[in-house]
This record gives sequence, structure tokens and C-alpha cells, in this order.
Amino acid sequence: MRPAFSADAMRLAIPALSLTVLLAAVFWLQPRAMSYVGLNLLFNLAVPIALATIAQMLIIAVNDLDLSMGTFVSFVACVTATFLRDAPLLGTLILAGAVLVYAVLGVVIHLRDLPSIVVSLGMSFVWGGLAVLLLPAPGGQAPDWARALMTTKPPLAPIAIVASIVIALGAHLLVMRSSLGVLIRGVGGNERSVERAGWSVLAARAAAYGLAGFFAVLAGIALVGLTTSADANIALRYTLLSIAGVILGGGEFIGGRVSPVGAVIGALTLTLAGSFLSFLRISPDWQIGAQGVILIIVLALRLFLNRVEKREKGQ
Amino acid sequence: MRMLDRVARKPWIWSWVAAFVVWFATIIVTGGASTLDLSQAALTFAAFSIIVGIGQMFVITLGPGNVDLSVPSTMTLAGTVALKLMDVDNAMILPGLGVTVLIGIGVGILNYALIKALRIPPIIATLSMSFIVQSAAIWTNRGLRIKPPNFLADFTTANTLGIPNVAVIALVISVIAWFLLERTIYGRWISAIGQSMPAAKMAGIPVDGTRFVTYVFCAVLASLAGYLLACFSGGAALNMGSEYLLMSIAVVVLGGTAVAGGDSNVPGIWGASLFMFLVVSMLNTYGLGAGIRLIMTGLIIISVIMLAGGRLPGVR
Repeated sequence: MRPAFSADAMRLAIPALSLTVLLAAVFWLQPRAMSYVGLNLLFNLAVPIALATIAQMLIIAVNDLDLSMGTFVSFVACVTATFLRDAPLLGTLILAGAVLVYAVLGVVIHLRDLPSIVVSLGMSFVWGGLAVLLLPAPGGQAPDWARALMTTKPPLAPIAIVASIVIALGAHLLVMRSSLGVLIRGVGGNERSVERAGWSVLAARAAAYGLAGFFAVLAGIALVGLTTSADANIALRYTLLSIAGVILGGGEFIGGRVSPVGAVIGALTLTLAGSFLSFLRISPDWQIGAQGVILIIVLALRLFLNRVEKREKGQ
Repeated sequence: MRMLDRVARKPWIWSWVAAFVVWFATIIVTGGASTLDLSQAALTFAAFSIIVGIGQMFVITLGPGNVDLSVPSTMTLAGTVALKLMDVDNAMILPGLGVTVLIGIGVGILNYALIKALRIPPIIATLSMSFIVQSAAIWTNRGLRIKPPNFLADFTTANTLGIPNVAVIALVISVIAWFLLERTIYGRWISAIGQSMPAAKMAGIPVDGTRFVTYVFCAVLASLAGYLLACFSGGAALNMGSEYLLMSIAVVVLGGTAVAGGDSNVPGIWGASLFMFLVVSMLNTYGLGAGIRLIMTGLIIISVIMLAGGRLPGVR
């Protein structure tokens, strides 16, 4: 018998290894990146992506999928750059309402047994429409506190790294160590047995959706803090990035098998892949494609290591 | 009650009812002035969603988690490469079509190779593939906008007996798809796989072969749609496929195909595609802004799925 933490450790080892290799490659190509400023520049945009990835991970933990993540983060960014700055109270209420909508979606999806893909697809139009209504043209301005938060210069490590660690730790405590987190993952693993054990699956799903909405709101605020202004399409690619981040970080689509620390590492890896490619001087035409190749390589590596693990277990 | 039961049992009826209601609501406002124009435009634009939707439907029928996200980039690549090859020359139309089909086959093979060899979920496999295909499209396109050959440009924008030519093509493809699904062993196989892969395997169905053919079929239809769309809109643009990612999934699900797989239907795709176009044009007719239009579209999609949703065994 191998110790119980081994599978979890394995789940984390591969994303961590990929990130390390990629980071080493970047440092080798561009030694100047190995500095406080360099690291901050490399990982700056990773903070909102990491938050969105955690949000997506919570949805995936209950065996659902959120296709509206990108438009929702864009919507939050628009609210942040307009209401949250000019009328903080109203802005906060709107964002709280948005989180509530997420929780209600979880309830509706559960009660009516609807496919989450379609409901979130419909919601992506709604959020997109609201964002266009708020900011028909790019504009708005970040609240000063969001800007200040995203540009602070803590000692030792740049804010991007500190924030990533804080996000990873917070999500880890919430999802892996709290009883609510266990319940949420239990719903993904075996809904029926959670129900028979006397828990409310409905409440668990609502909580997962509500928390996802909360993390996505944080992602939107962090994004505006970085970009200083917003537009209705600012975060559209977050939908696919967040899904890819969860899977890269060792999560699985079904079974409630997710890893918050892995998800954050996955988001960092995806962000770093972009910088790595520009350091390689790959023609811009092929940058997106090379990102696809990196995704495939990491997943192939995971398959290989999983097989090794299985063989060891078999002995 | 019995009447209602019988109607409700046909999963595609909802999308047709919805499409008809929206069509009616639009022509009432215009006073019937542009009824023919509206219907023709709806058929034309729906045709593209129908073609990609049918491919996506075959993939979704394979069961939970099966979805092809490389549809938009395949459309773009096929449109770009075909127009570049044809280079406004009417004589090159058939080679252009051939290259289109080859691109579809190639993308389909690579998609399934990733799914099978790396055992990654189809969503991630086709997503990674779509990045690579999109890059290939950017690389071949280089910002040039080449016009389609005259014959093709005329053909795709013209009508035959009042029906848009692209809609006729979509109809032919739909009939073939219907035949494949309902009248051939292949159709039974993909439904069986969608209902239970282990059971299908034990029943001796060639699961790998069937899934492989399905992914290739979907990619070929996507590239055909890209070819037609590029000719219709007078040139390939790099973002021309982007709206068809969500569209292809939406028309399949609104059309009454089970999201959990194993149950599909072709007529629903028509109803849903017409509906998706008509909703936008109805809200346009009412003079609503882009924001309101998007919100209404989303709310309508959600209401339709809630109305028809009782039937769906919702895994995802």
C-alpha cells in the first residue's frame, strides 16, 4: 500500500513540473526575466486568470461546466470600471446580485435537471448583453483601491506571485480542507451517496455555483486593476483558458477530482506559455498554435506519469 | 391532453414552434411587407448553422463530454485555403472543394488521434487542435482578402425557385445525415455508443472506428460550411467561424438532441437554426440595441431549454 497522499501528490507533481520546466526555459532564453520586475511582468495577467480558473474548478467539481465564464468576468470588469468606482455601494450590490444569480443558476440546474452547458451558454449571451449596455465602447476607469492593490510592491516577491500563492492557499483551504469543500467534491463524486448520507445536494450545488460567482467577481476586479479600463469583450478567452487551466492542473471533468493548487499552477503555466513563445521569437502567426502544442505536451506527460503510477500500484 | 402528449413527444417540435412564433411576431410588426425577404434571409443564414450543427450533432450523440470545439477554426482554415487556391479562377472550383474536404478529413483525423492517443477529454483535445488550426489559418491568410471565383460568389448568393441555393445544399446534407442516422447501421452504432459505451463495446460494435468516422464527418462538414460561408461573404476572414462555436452547440441542443448523447434528430436542427436567426432579426426589427438583443437571446435560449428540459437526462 502506498500512502494516501500519493495520488494527490502525483496530481500536483505534473503541473508543478511543467511550470518549473517552462520557467527554467524562459530564464534560459531571457536571464533578465529572473528579477523582481521581470517576474511581475511574466505573471501579472495570471492573477485574474487564476481566479477565473478557481471559479471554473468549483463548477467542474460538481460535474458541470460553465461556458459563460469569459462573458461573466467581462461583465464584472465593466461593473468595476463604472459603478464600483462612481457609486461603490450600488456597484457592490450589483456584484452581490450577480453572485446570487450564479447560486440561483445552480439551484435551477439542479431542480430541473438541466444541462449546465446550455444554461451557461444562454447566460453568456445575457452577461455579454449587460456588459455591452454598460460599456458600449471601451472605457471606464479602475477604482483606485483595485489599481493600488494590483500594483503594490510587497518585499521579497512581486505581487503576482504573492497573489497567486494567497489564491492557491485560500482555495485549497476552502475546497480541500473545509467540510463544505468535501461536500461539493462529494456531489461530483457520487451525488446519490451524498444525498443518502443526509446532506442536501441542492445546497451543495448552490454553494458551488455561488462560490464560483464570487471568485469570478474577484477575477473581474483584479483584471480591471491591471488594465485600468474595461470593455465588454475584455475577458472572452477566459472561458476556454479557465477550462484548460483546470485540466492542466490535474482536474478531471467528472468525479469531483479537482486540485485548487494545481488549477492555479495551470493558470500560471498557460500565462507563461505565451511569454515563453514570444521569447522564442516564434512568428506571431504560430503563437496560438504553439500554445495548443504546449497544452498537448503537458497532457501527454500527464498520461505517461499516470501510467507509471498505475504500474507501481499494480505491483 | 393526448394531443399535447403526442406533440410533446417529438423533441424537435419545440424549436419549430419557437421559430414560427418568432417569425410571425416579426412579420406582424413589419405588416407583412418583407415576409419573403425575411424568410429567404433566414434560410440563407440558417443554412450555415445547419451544416455545422449537423456535424456537431453527430459528435454530441457519441455521449457525455463529446463536443468538437475546433469547428470555428476548421471553417476559417478551409475558407482561407480554398479561396487562396482558387484565386478567383472559375476553373479551380472543384480542386478548391477537394482541398476543403481534405482539410476537414485532416483535422478530423488529428482530433481523434489526440483523443485516442492521449486519452484526453474531447473538449480539451479539440480545443488544443483548434489553436493549431487557427494558427495555420492566420499563417496562410496573412491579412489578405481574396475574392471567391465569380461563379461561386453568384451561386452562393442566388436563389433557385425562390429558395436560397445554400439552403438547398443544407437540405441535401440534412437528408444524407438523416439517412445515415436513421437508416444505416452506422447511425445505430453512434446512438448505441452514446447511450452506453461499455455496452456498445460488449455488443461488438467497432467503437473506435465509429467515433473516428464521426469526428472526421464533423470536421468535413465544418470545412464545407467554411468554404460556402467564405464564398457567400465575398472572402475569408480570420474571425468568420467564431460565432459558430456556440451556435453549433446551441442549435443541436435547442433542436432537441439529448446533451447526454445517444439520441439525436435532424429536423430539430432546422427549427433551431431558423429560430436563432429569426430571434436576432425580430429584435432588430423592434429596433432594440445590441445589448438588449443579446440579453433577450440568452433568456430565450434558457426558457426554451427549461420548457423542453424535462426530457433531457442532464449529465452536463
